[in-house]
Amino acid sequence: MSVLYAIFVDPFAQMAAAPDLLAQAIWEGLVGGVLYALIALGFVLIYKASGVFNFAQGIMMVFAALTLVGLHEKGVPAWVALGLTIAVMYALALGVERLVLRPLVNQPDIMLLMATFGLTYFLVGFGELVFGGNPKSMITKELWLPQGAIDLHILGGTVTLQKLDIAAAAIALAMVAGLGFFFQKTRIGRALRAVADDHQAALSVGISLEQIWVVVWFAAGVVALATGIMWGARSDVSFALQVVALKALPVLILGGLTSIPGAIVGGLIIGVGEKLGEFYWGPLLGGGIERWLAYFIALAFLLFRPQGLFGERIIERI
Amino acid sequence: MNKKIILRGLGCALALALAAPAFAEDSIYVPLFTYRTGPFAGSGIGIADGMHDYLTMLNERDGGIGGVKLAVDECETGYDTKKGLECYDAVKPKNPVIVNPWSTGITLSLIPKAPVDKIPILSMGYGLSAAAKGEVFPWVFNPPITYWDGASEILKYLGGGSIEALKGKTIGYLYFDAAFGREALPFFQAQAKDAGFDLKLYPVAPADMQNQSSKWLDIRRDKPDFLIMYGWGAMNAAAIKEAVKANFPMEKFVSIWWPGDSDASSAGDGAKGFKELNWHGAGADYPAFADIKKLVIDAGKSRAAAGEFGGTLYDHGVYNSMLIAEGIAAAQKLTGKKVVTGEDVRRGLENIDLDAVRLKAIGLEGFASPLKLSCADHNSHSAAFVQQWDGAKWVKVSDRIPPASEKVQPLLDEAAKAYAEKNAGWPARTEACDNKS
Amino acid sequence: MFYREAGQFKTSYAADMAIFPIRQDRIGLALILLVAFVAIPATGDQFLLNTMMIPFLILSLAAIGLNILTGYTGLLSLGSAGFMGVGAFACYKLATYFPHVNILIWILVSGIASSAVGVFFGLPSLRIKGFYLVVATLAAQFFLEWAFARVPWLYNYNDSGAIEVSKATLFGVPITGPNATPATRYLVALTIVCAMAWIASNIVHGRIGRMWMAVRDMDIAAELIGIRLFQAKLLAFAVSSFYIGVAGAMMVFLWLGAAEPEAFNIDLSFQLLFMIIIGGLGSIVGAFFGAAIIHLLPIGLRALPAALGLDIAAATVEHLTFMATGALIIIVLIVEPNGLARLWQTTKRKLRVWPFPY
Repeated sequence: MSVLYAIFVDPFAQMAAAPDLLAQAIWEGLVGGVLYALIALGFVLIYKASGVFNFAQGIMMVFAALTLVGLHEKGVPAWVALGLTIAVMYALALGVERLVLRPLVNQPDIMLLMATFGLTYFLVGFGELVFGGNPKSMITKELWLPQGAIDLHILGGTVTLQKLDIAAAAIALAMVAGLGFFFQKTRIGRALRAVADDHQAALSVGISLEQIWVVVWFAAGVVALATGIMWGARSDVSFALQVVALKALPVLILGGLTSIPGAIVGGLIIGVGEKLGEFYWGPLLGGGIERWLAYFIALAFLLFRPQGLFGERIIERI
Repeated sequence: MNKKIILRGLGCALALALAAPAFAEDSIYVPLFTYRTGPFAGSGIGIADGMHDYLTMLNERDGGIGGVKLAVDECETGYDTKKGLECYDAVKPKNPVIVNPWSTGITLSLIPKAPVDKIPILSMGYGLSAAAKGEVFPWVFNPPITYWDGASEILKYLGGGSIEALKGKTIGYLYFDAAFGREALPFFQAQAKDAGFDLKLYPVAPADMQNQSSKWLDIRRDKPDFLIMYGWGAMNAAAIKEAVKANFPMEKFVSIWWPGDSDASSAGDGAKGFKELNWHGAGADYPAFADIKKLVIDAGKSRAAAGEFGGTLYDHGVYNSMLIAEGIAAAQKLTGKKVVTGEDVRRGLENIDLDAVRLKAIGLEGFASPLKLSCADHNSHSAAFVQQWDGAKWVKVSDRIPPASEKVQPLLDEAAKAYAEKNAGWPARTEACDNKS
Repeated sequence: MFYREAGQFKTSYAADMAIFPIRQDRIGLALILLVAFVAIPATGDQFLLNTMMIPFLILSLAAIGLNILTGYTGLLSLGSAGFMGVGAFACYKLATYFPHVNILIWILVSGIASSAVGVFFGLPSLRIKGFYLVVATLAAQFFLEWAFARVPWLYNYNDSGAIEVSKATLFGVPITGPNATPATRYLVALTIVCAMAWIASNIVHGRIGRMWMAVRDMDIAAELIGIRLFQAKLLAFAVSSFYIGVAGAMMVFLWLGAAEPEAFNIDLSFQLLFMIIIGGLGSIVGAFFGAAIIHLLPIGLRALPAALGLDIAAATVEHLTFMATGALIIIVLIVEPNGLARLWQTTKRKLRVWPFPY
């Protein structure tokens, strides 16, 4: 009986008793979710256009952030470093297309997934070789990112909103809007959607697959950079961040592999779900359940919708 | 299936190649297990450079120890137990006189091997606390303080001199949820029961080091009077940042000795007031450090980045190397040999006696406090002080606080006994003792 | 030239279907076993045995296990390290409760515990497929890792939270713990791995193996020809986890000597996956190739600068090793997507008809 009480009554009583903490927990969850969603967004872009499950997205995020900070450390002004980093991400996209995707065209999905594992290892070694392995602070001030916090005195307590987190949400929103515009209105965007629908049909109407791949990997690289700046500002930039990036997997699976709104909604569900779960139910199990809760949430959804919330229906034929 | 044979042949060849660059007879081989890569590199790089530079300085200034050059060799572990064991097997044929695992996990794997391979283990301020018991662990040394002593010193500091004064308070324990952070847990729990304070636990999983926000929600809810941190690698910097964000009063946030200067500085002005326990002086204002600067860093023989020299982690590394050097020097004095072996160094470490005179002689007066090890006590349970971050450097804010030995010792005895019991067939000490006192 | 089957006649169907139909293959295998069982332990030094061969054997066994699941049945798994951990912790618990029973028995029995956990986490596999299944196995991985750290009963309430291996003997010779010589531990590991690889080879070449492969190639079609998907998939999870669990127990008891939960983190899962990809999906010998490349190559690379007399800092070598491993994975995928095992088969086929192309 007391177990049932601890599971079903006590957490809600706590929520009611301290609504400010509940609000804070939800806010933290949303912010974490936005960042997961941004990583997932990079995955979705690449998966849609090339069918590659890009495991290296997490490492691209760290690599981009590390390049930015590393260049700045070597004396390059912040905004120039940002430009250079974007150039590096373009070079990376070009390199990946030439050296990895093109030779592996038409291979089964799992081979391409494996190739991105290889890319992950390569980037970890390369990044540390060039910029060193010690954690670096993100150059928030130089990039005009807001600092400090807003304290809201509501709900009988204080809810602290970090300005940085608000900026992150705004950037995420802008990025999704920008991508939406890009997909709907531009020529390359349309070509991209055509490729996503049917590779061969797209080829036959004269769309260059190679060009499209470079464009999506570059777009994913830019998304990775933005994510890296935000995560890096919350905690330092180091390869330890790559573990956080794994959380994007349940987000992605939950939202559906091919859906941009899915990535966002999935991110928010996972973010809020794991925070509330850890905060209110975690103590029952000794804490730390955040590590696996996200995967179980995703799994629970999957049992009802095996293709994810917004994924394309899987039709199997013989 | 010839390929396999070829592969194995290659393996053999590689193994031979590894063993080949044997070091000259008249040098002492000191391997340093370091980690400059991976998620923990942030803690590892400073330590690695400090260790390396002090030993290099001895080679440059004095021609080694007692006239014998030290062959210093770094092996990269990445803070990974498997790679650490690989390093151990790689250095073993070269007759190392000591190993510094620099990871609690690697230390635990090596402890049973030490008596068999006759290589002493020096785990400075980490590893198995119970290893302080020289009678049970003759081959393992963990000076100058165990995590349990450190915990008691922090508690005494918070209680204004006595742990009992904490009665009725709430104390949070934010720790790295692996062998390292969990080590101090039984001690805190025992004290919470005895002294009557409320202990709240905030474990941070290695995977969530940089994603601690839910722990800090817990901290906001529980509003502990004091927060104690046992963190490692990227966790320290992230925790200090989160503390700033959560408006946690910094002067009530005390850490064990691992956060480095960059961990505190990266959180900006908000980190002012953050405290940590330390057992050696801060900065680089000591004669030995001047020698390091002149002979190693300015000579381009160090890998230390600008700003790393004299930082907390670098200083930890120097202290660690000072212990190695003193162990070897003591072994030379005891045996009269110039080129000592692992067995000699084990005896040497048991006879380390760093008094004020000796500290002055090696140019570290004011940096380290006197330290004396014996056969029974492989730790010395030193006193430590609290230092506070003022936004740019660490400032000493307390006197040296001796550990609550009456509380630590029984637990250590019990833990050492339990270890020997759980590992059935643990060898009883047969090594002779040079300083029965 | 020597690899010819001229003059070797098959007189029965069984002989034709044998795994090693050619005499030279059998001789080769016998030679390898001879080298492995006699030459290596007799001549190898500690570094070769402890750091190269024992881990190589253990990882090969785990890779065989994963290959049964991923290579033969087509179920992608990233939870292998977790299942290795289950084996290790089960073995540790059993060995502390019943210290008088021989440790070898517990190493094998601990596979059953891992098997049970594997089946449990395999349950969603009927409904969830492909990349989506990865999430189920990741859930297993992270949940198990958490449990190893958070359930003190599992590590006997040790202060350090790690499990330690005590001495155990077989016929009076120590086989685990610090007193066991590397050669003994190597021979124990080799015996277990050889026996289990032989069993695995028989399973996958038989009815069960064919059933798994049918499921892998197209599960709906397999269902239509009368294979019960649920049983087939769960059996694959059970057998695979058994192998992986035994490998996990061996990893702690014969190799590491003590282990923290961190030893079973996701990196190990990735490494095992690399092994079967590089070695070849759906191949027993491929698991050995993959383990050799993924485990031994970095060791070789690390030793290279010293052997060449170059003075490169240890950390730089580590970075270069990472880069080389990553590049190698990509190169292998491009050159031979079916892994080294296929390359090996192609070579053998070419040799048989050499010097003619067909």
